[in-house]
Amino acid sequence: MDKEYVGFAALPNQLHRKSVKKGFDFTLMVAGESGLGKSTLINSLFLTNLYEDRQVPEASARLSQTLTIERRGVEIEERGVKVKLTLVDTPGFGDSVDCSDCWLPVVKFIEEQFEQYLRDESGLNRKNIQDSRVHCCLYFISPFGRGLRPLDVAFLRAVHEKVNIIPVIGKADALLPQETQALKQKIRDQLKEEEIHIYQFPECDSDEDEDFKRQDAEMKESIPFAVVGSCEVVRDGGNRPVRGRRYSWGTVEVENPHHCDFLNLRRMLVQTHLQDLKEVTHDLLYEGYRARCLQSLARPGARDRASRSKLSRQSATEIPLPMMPLADTEKLIREKDEELRRMQEMLEKMQAQMQQSQAQGEQSDAL
Amino acid sequence: MSKGLPETRTDTAMSELVPEPRPKPAVPMKPVSINSNLLGYVGIDTIIEQMRKKTMKTGFDFNIMVVGQSGLGKSTLVNTLFKSQVSRKASSWNREEKIPKTVEIKAIGHVIEEGGVKMKLTVIDTPGFGDQINNENCWEPIEKYINEQYEKFLKEEVNIARKKRIPDTRVHCCLYFISPTGHSLRPLDLEFMKHLSKVVNIIPVIAKADTMTLEEKSEFKQRVRKELEVNGIEFYPQKEFDEDLEDKTENDKIRQESMPFAVVGSDKEYQVNGKRVLGRKTPWGIIEVENLNHCEFALLRDFVIRTHLQDLKEVTHNIHYETYRAKRLNDNGGLPPGEGLLGTVLPPVPATPCPTAE
Repeated sequence: MDKEYVGFAALPNQLHRKSVKKGFDFTLMVAGESGLGKSTLINSLFLTNLYEDRQVPEASARLSQTLTIERRGVEIEERGVKVKLTLVDTPGFGDSVDCSDCWLPVVKFIEEQFEQYLRDESGLNRKNIQDSRVHCCLYFISPFGRGLRPLDVAFLRAVHEKVNIIPVIGKADALLPQETQALKQKIRDQLKEEEIHIYQFPECDSDEDEDFKRQDAEMKESIPFAVVGSCEVVRDGGNRPVRGRRYSWGTVEVENPHHCDFLNLRRMLVQTHLQDLKEVTHDLLYEGYRARCLQSLARPGARDRASRSKLSRQSATEIPLPMMPLADTEKLIREKDEELRRMQEMLEKMQAQMQQSQAQGEQSDAL
Repeated sequence: MSKGLPETRTDTAMSELVPEPRPKPAVPMKPVSINSNLLGYVGIDTIIEQMRKKTMKTGFDFNIMVVGQSGLGKSTLVNTLFKSQVSRKASSWNREEKIPKTVEIKAIGHVIEEGGVKMKLTVIDTPGFGDQINNENCWEPIEKYINEQYEKFLKEEVNIARKKRIPDTRVHCCLYFISPTGHSLRPLDLEFMKHLSKVVNIIPVIAKADTMTLEEKSEFKQRVRKELEVNGIEFYPQKEFDEDLEDKTENDKIRQESMPFAVVGSDKEYQVNGKRVLGRKTPWGIIEVENLNHCEFALLRDFVIRTHLQDLKEVTHNIHYETYRAKRLNDNGGLPPGEGLLGTVLPPVPATPCPTAE
């Protein structure tokens, strides 16, 4: 009998359409000491001006500044696909004279997002869970140092099991090609030595063509990416307009692969691995957090349930909310109160509206 | 009048008996021109030639300290300044050295010669500065070192049997390297310069300036200058030590326009337009270290070596050292540092014509 065409090969298209309709959430964290070109790079990557209203404080003001976490949201649309990009910034990082523990607020922030998600997941209404977890952290390394500084190592160690780290060398036009290579090698060696796990770009599928595989291998070799950012269009040597930086001795082109790895970063981050970053955040990092959380709270018997990855989702419904630490229960109560209040407000508004329309209706009747 | 030769030190020191906070040099730096009616050629002007000969014979000391985070090109810059391998740096960029846990002070001396003039140059490096997670008080070892040199010199000075030429290990110039963030100074920069500008001549430089475009450079310099002014940090050349109008106008121009110098260093040569130049060869062009359109290295070099070298030494001796000395004498009740020095307490007025004590 002839095999009949069932039609589920159209499934990917359906998924695609659904996700295009649903839109896409992505939270990107940018960290590193100030002055490494982070904001410029983000603007260059997403071709928007996210940092328009930014004010950089003077040194004397920064003497007593503590690390703050700032969030900026922007909706970008390209060819019908909407991306809700949230940028998490860490101004003040590495600025003070004494930077001890300055990474703790960042760790706390990342864990809070996990906690929020865990709570949402265990909640009753799971239809519209907002995913505010940090999917990727671009960590900027100074091109002026000799590799990772003690502060870099401390920060990376504190967050590497909690977020996907993509190390980046900022202001890479400070370096000559041989200096860039040496610095990259030094950083890679240091990362290995300190056992810091950065985001691993997945292997290509075996059925990809040779060209793609070669390109992929090249891109992996160039980590950490040495980047230069610019939103200005300047004229290069041949008087062509390019995005770049114009010096007295020549023009650095941001999108020239011989000048810097900007294109590689953009390709890997935005074009090919956005989804994978989200998946790794969810399947690996979040699950790790969740397992740790449950292990520390649940009875020893529940350990086996907690450690199994996919099946443990069902077990979450079996364990009631009081599994949260007491302080969080308080917070939860407060939040639910807040929600109740909001719903009451909405109810009142609707009632008022109904009354109004009723009154209008009566009026029109009377007329 | 002579410029800082050891034999003439007595003249300047004699008038500094009252410990003022910041005494001005008693001997004017430039000769006052009076119309004199010489009836013939006397030959007073040959003193210049005599001085020159003496300097060539004795040579002179110059001690330069470099401070800044690791990787800012300090060693390369010093090598470029003096056109020889005088710093700690090995030839390759990729140094395997680990960042030290505390600030270390490493002094390396070389004798370099040019046109018959010998200079004993000492480069004092400060590895570990600003590299730790907690950099509180990381300037203290540096301040301690500088004061130790003053102490050494003071001890030699108050000796009854003094050496003819006291070896001068005092830091004449401290190049402070500012990271080219493009924003402003870092809190650590402010702290360091606040503490040390009263003790030593600080010349701030913007390191690795090839990461900034012309506009970024000038904006950054303006902001840095303003921040230094707002915080009351007087870098060299300090306004209060300008001798006369000529000095003032020259130094004003440097202070308000050129400083801090945005520099690039290199020890490699390339061929550009038929000339061999020191530079950095990037994929987008060759940065020429001595080209004023590219960076201000030439200005820094001329400033430190060709025009203000002697002045740096004099300000160190007449101002910073005297301040230290006055403070020490005051603390000791007007007596020179006695006990620990010779094992006996020195009489207040020594019989020998030593002008240092009251």
